[in-house]
Amino acid sequence: MATGSKNGREDFAEILRLVRPGARVLDVGCEDGELLELLTREKRIDGQGLEISPAGVSACLARGLAVVQGDGDRDLDHFPARAFDYAILSKTLQQMREPRHVLSELLRIADQAIVSVPNFGHWRMRVSLMTRGRMPETRALPDPWWSTPNIHLCTLADFTDLCRELDLRVDACVALSGGKPARPIRPDGLLENWRSETALFLLSRRDEQRPGATPTDLFGAVAVEEPDAPTSPKAKAPRRRARR
Amino acid sequence: MDAKAKASPGDETDGGGVWRFPAATALRLDSGAKLAPLEVAYKTYGRLNETKTNAILVCHALTGDQHAASVNPMTGRPGWWDRVIGPGLPLDPGRYFIIATNVIGGCMGSTGPASINPKTGAPYGLSFPVITIADMVRAQAMLVEALGIETLLAVVGGSMGGMQVLQWAADYPEKLFSAVCVAAAPRHSAQNIAFHEVGRQAIMADPDWRGGAYDAAGVRPEKGLAVARMAAHITYLSETALQRKFGRELQRDGLSWGFDADFQVESYLRHQGTSFVDRFDANSYLYITRALDYFDLAAQRDGVLASAFLKARGVRFCVLSFSSDWLYPTAESRDIVRALNAAGCRASFAEIETDKGHDAFFLDEPQFDRALRGFFAATAQARGL
Repeated sequence: MATGSKNGREDFAEILRLVRPGARVLDVGCEDGELLELLTREKRIDGQGLEISPAGVSACLARGLAVVQGDGDRDLDHFPARAFDYAILSKTLQQMREPRHVLSELLRIADQAIVSVPNFGHWRMRVSLMTRGRMPETRALPDPWWSTPNIHLCTLADFTDLCRELDLRVDACVALSGGKPARPIRPDGLLENWRSETALFLLSRRDEQRPGATPTDLFGAVAVEEPDAPTSPKAKAPRRRARR
Repeated sequence: MDAKAKASPGDETDGGGVWRFPAATALRLDSGAKLAPLEVAYKTYGRLNETKTNAILVCHALTGDQHAASVNPMTGRPGWWDRVIGPGLPLDPGRYFIIATNVIGGCMGSTGPASINPKTGAPYGLSFPVITIADMVRAQAMLVEALGIETLLAVVGGSMGGMQVLQWAADYPEKLFSAVCVAAAPRHSAQNIAFHEVGRQAIMADPDWRGGAYDAAGVRPEKGLAVARMAAHITYLSETALQRKFGRELQRDGLSWGFDADFQVESYLRHQGTSFVDRFDANSYLYITRALDYFDLAAQRDGVLASAFLKARGVRFCVLSFSSDWLYPTAESRDIVRALNAAGCRASFAEIETDKGHDAFFLDEPQFDRALRGFFAATAQARGL
């Protein structure tokens, strides 16, 4: 959750689109609170931030946000189950000491998690490693190996494997690539693991049966607002309905 | 600060005095005893708006008083929080109606061990009932109600003041819009109790204490109280701050080869002790330290701290700690925050980086000021002020 390592805010627009108005939202690694403020303004959410850096916490307080100075690796355990509608982890999962634990915690304390991860399987990474024989330094992951906060990098395929293992359902997934429009993708597609620079997931617990779920509606929240969004042929993602 | 503020900085007013509750209105205490007559000394800064939504209660620490932002008549020194309360400061009397009380058991006008016991016509001394933080808060709530205020925009305090804030949230959540707890703890630790016991023993070992009846004898246990203050004062500072301020610097050239105050730190502590006895009452010190030692918010709730805040979900909390505070270390504040989270309360928490120790909340800490300013501005906005 080191500040300054989130390159760009390209995922904010997507997150803004996914979050239901009036929802309770926890932003893990909220930095200076920009996303929470945006969500508060645009979606009137009830937001809570978790941030490790004192500067970030100060900035959040100055914005009038509720923020707790803490560590995503350790402090999620103290939130009660289903305290939030969404838990957001924007490009920081790979910086956690225990990403697996963090991911399962996110979906314990929230009904849905919005998680974005840089894809180490992107072709630039592969080409860079293949040709240079050195740890890739790209626009998505610009730091040299000895100073990068990204200690648990994974590919899109790795991440979907973990979701499966944790019995999480992918309600939506989009690829984000350097400022290009977000592209809804099938995250376990072979090609996507080559061409997606960053992937943003909307996840929920698979064991959760929701009243009124429509299993044919594959893109959940995405489809609600963008009827022409391409749908995934594989991910069985029922549309999520507001429970409250 | 905000154009919508009801009062302008020009019409701030200082008010207050001693609120004397009718003789029939007794304060019921946790011990089972009842305290009457009850008097609560208080100061106010600013004006209560028409909707009575801008009132903020400021709670003082162990040796503080109601003179939070105005010159203290006992010492002639500025109020203990004049860095936080004032025009243009985080708590601006041009915008808020700020109330500061003297806790019961205190010695600045509220009913305490130096007050007259109606049964004997003499000062209470040790016949004063043992009080708790909850008792202090109950008296404050009575005053707030007497002032015609239903809901406080905020209750705020540091150290023991922070504990009162937590007690407010536990006992009167419906009367709070927000709560700011600074450099406090949800309970007194063994170490906290141990330091207080040293202080109390120093007072009681002073022959002039006279079993608490020193007033009648026309003496004061000044030596004991001074030693108590010296021991306590060490806990308010960090090792780094003490080292930076004094190191091994000497008062004069060379050592005295005796027991005079050779080192500057000795001289400083002695000064802290002797100046303290001029403004504080020894029995009050006993009673208030006892109230602190008895404080354990979780204890009355099967040891589950979160249970204390279950009814406070509508309250906006801000918890602040200081990184070098070893009296009530950050871990204690984290416990509070985790309990608030577990109870489903809206809470902010920041650890302020400083080497000034526990007393940092009285001192120049820009990060602390920014946090307070941001929180209060947002709170006022949320309240529609």
